[in-house]
Amino acid sequence: MRYKLLTAALAATAALQFAGQAAATDLEVTHWWTSGGEAAAVAELAKAFDATGNRWVDGAIAGSGGTARPIMISRITGGDPMGATQFNHGRQAEELVQAGLMRDLTDVATKGKWTEVVRPKSLLDGCTIDGKIYCVPVNIHSWQWLWLSNEAFAKAGVPLPKDWNEFVAAAPALEKAGIIPLAVGGQAWQSSGAFDVLLAAVGGTDTFLKVYKDKDAKFAAGPEVAKVFKAADDARKMAKNTNVQDWNQATNLVITGKAGGQIMGDWAQGEFQVAGKTAGKDYTCLPGLGLNEVIATGGDAFYFPLLKDADKSKAQEVLAETLLDPKTQVAFNLKKGSLPVRGDVDLNAANDCMKKGLAILAKGAVIPWTDQLLSQDTQKQKEDLFAEFFAKPELTVEDAQKRFADLIASAD
Amino acid sequence: MSKSERPNLLFRNLNAKVASIPMILTAMVIFVGGTVWTVLYSFTNSKLLPRLNFVGLDQYYRLWATPRWLISIENLLIYGAISLVFSLVIGFLLAALLDQKIRFEDTFRTIFLYPFALSFIVTGLVWQWLLNPDFGIQHVVRDLGWTSFSFDPLYNSSIVIYGISIAALWQGTGLIMCLMLAGLRGIDEDIWKAARVDGIPMWKTYLFIVIPMMRPVFITTLVIIASGIVKVYDLVVAQTSGGPGIASEVPAKYVYDYMFFAQNLGQGFAASTMMLLSVVIVIVPWAYLEFGRRK
Repeated sequence: MRYKLLTAALAATAALQFAGQAAATDLEVTHWWTSGGEAAAVAELAKAFDATGNRWVDGAIAGSGGTARPIMISRITGGDPMGATQFNHGRQAEELVQAGLMRDLTDVATKGKWTEVVRPKSLLDGCTIDGKIYCVPVNIHSWQWLWLSNEAFAKAGVPLPKDWNEFVAAAPALEKAGIIPLAVGGQAWQSSGAFDVLLAAVGGTDTFLKVYKDKDAKFAAGPEVAKVFKAADDARKMAKNTNVQDWNQATNLVITGKAGGQIMGDWAQGEFQVAGKTAGKDYTCLPGLGLNEVIATGGDAFYFPLLKDADKSKAQEVLAETLLDPKTQVAFNLKKGSLPVRGDVDLNAANDCMKKGLAILAKGAVIPWTDQLLSQDTQKQKEDLFAEFFAKPELTVEDAQKRFADLIASAD
Repeated sequence: MSKSERPNLLFRNLNAKVASIPMILTAMVIFVGGTVWTVLYSFTNSKLLPRLNFVGLDQYYRLWATPRWLISIENLLIYGAISLVFSLVIGFLLAALLDQKIRFEDTFRTIFLYPFALSFIVTGLVWQWLLNPDFGIQHVVRDLGWTSFSFDPLYNSSIVIYGISIAALWQGTGLIMCLMLAGLRGIDEDIWKAARVDGIPMWKTYLFIVIPMMRPVFITTLVIIASGIVKVYDLVVAQTSGGPGIASEVPAKYVYDYMFFAQNLGQGFAASTMMLLSVVIVIVPWAYLEFGRRK
């Protein structure tokens, strides 16, 4: 309670201060958060920004990041920049920064002591280019989750697995009961993401970093990674009857007990919540597939294009501060289902799975995610490879690994 | 007094020339200029932003070593052959049947042409549902009692491109039929009468007299079909998004994905240059034969 009062007071003073500084300025913010839960979350950001006396002009772009990013980029490069825009922090906006189109936020960051409050520290690395900070991370989304349907396992008469290996062992029993063991949607990013999760879980953190961070092609062709490909082979066999495309349709198979489990990011939790399912009772989550409990620090961030208008530039600073405000962080992330980027906020309302995530985060068991380590180009090639691997049983594990190693050799 | 010199060629028909300047400029700047620019930058290592950093043929080497591009080319060839042959054959057959002075011709023509009023996206979605094994054709037939019936082309890597072709034919054949019908109506009645007097069977009349006379219509049709083949993109996106895996990828989708999703302009430009090249290879000999002969 005292804490809440304190933050309220802080926010009020902050609001007063800003209101005194700047008259209302419109700032257009583009993003691709358009689903129900996402829109509710972004409304929290807008509310907080409006409270500072400025006005949030919502520039939602329907579709997904893949649709929205080209539009955002062409607006920035075409000389019609918005006030602020969402990207996944990492390398998506790297070239825009290098071309001098993005605003350096180092001053705001120093003032707000971002290096101290942002947790884990590596999160800011994704925003830092040549020692300067260019973006504000707003949440952490991690991929490393295995979602299991308690109902499906009860129906098949096998105990709920505690890790990936037990899950693979339980697959025949699930199949016998007419259940798809693993749901993997047809979109390329899903199979590619599932492989990355396996790489970090089955291979371990070091293997993951050696392949994606050091880009060691020889290692990627070696026995450590062969183990991961073996696991991916298991995964594709378990997933072969999934006839759906979208990730949420695949999640729905798990929710309805038609599939045993799904490897998907924590955004899948929103689907379980909407369906009225309870963590622990109806579904179970295993971070790091139960093998290697780490969380990747992917997520969303806001970038600020360089503007000529002084008022708008001022408003950009205010927005940057507002996004990292503890109150905004809590309100936003609870709605979004993601983890906050500050360690010093109160998240009592979080559910079981989110708490598991927070605990791992508190332990500091974090790894950088592919958005930070690999260029979009390499990621796309990787998606192509794993989309083919998961859909085409004729593509052998050895061939796939060889192609993977070639890809890592030319990766940037 | 009066000069009898010929008016300057440049100023003859001046109004028409002035009026076509905007189009000439558009064609030069947008089409030719854009093409030259694209080809030029396909020799660079441009990523998200175009940069003149030449790397020779690297993008092309990479392109032709990419399994996805090779699959795309193969799919385009299969799809192209199918839509070319079948839309011409079916379109012509339908037109010939409609040309038999049947009753309710207008109704039939409207029905056959209706699919063309739908965009490829809508067509793709409709056929995605129809071909889905869980609630499409397969499901209906199984409910009727034939439980072993299996028809799920979109979920089978080796035949997925045929599933896509079905939708394309359904959408496009109506237009071809209309073009053919217009061509058939352009044939003089007297020719039919003469053929009948000579006792030539109907199919022979069509094959050896009518079709050769319809040459201009066939050429128009060919151009329309061919351009539709090369640019096929939205149908694939709506039906399979290139899946299962990458089994139904097409070149246009490769270009788009690598330019915008992969933020690799150089690679996308190289792929689009290859697409242009393939069109040029087809068009140039044909144009040479068609227009070169007249001189």
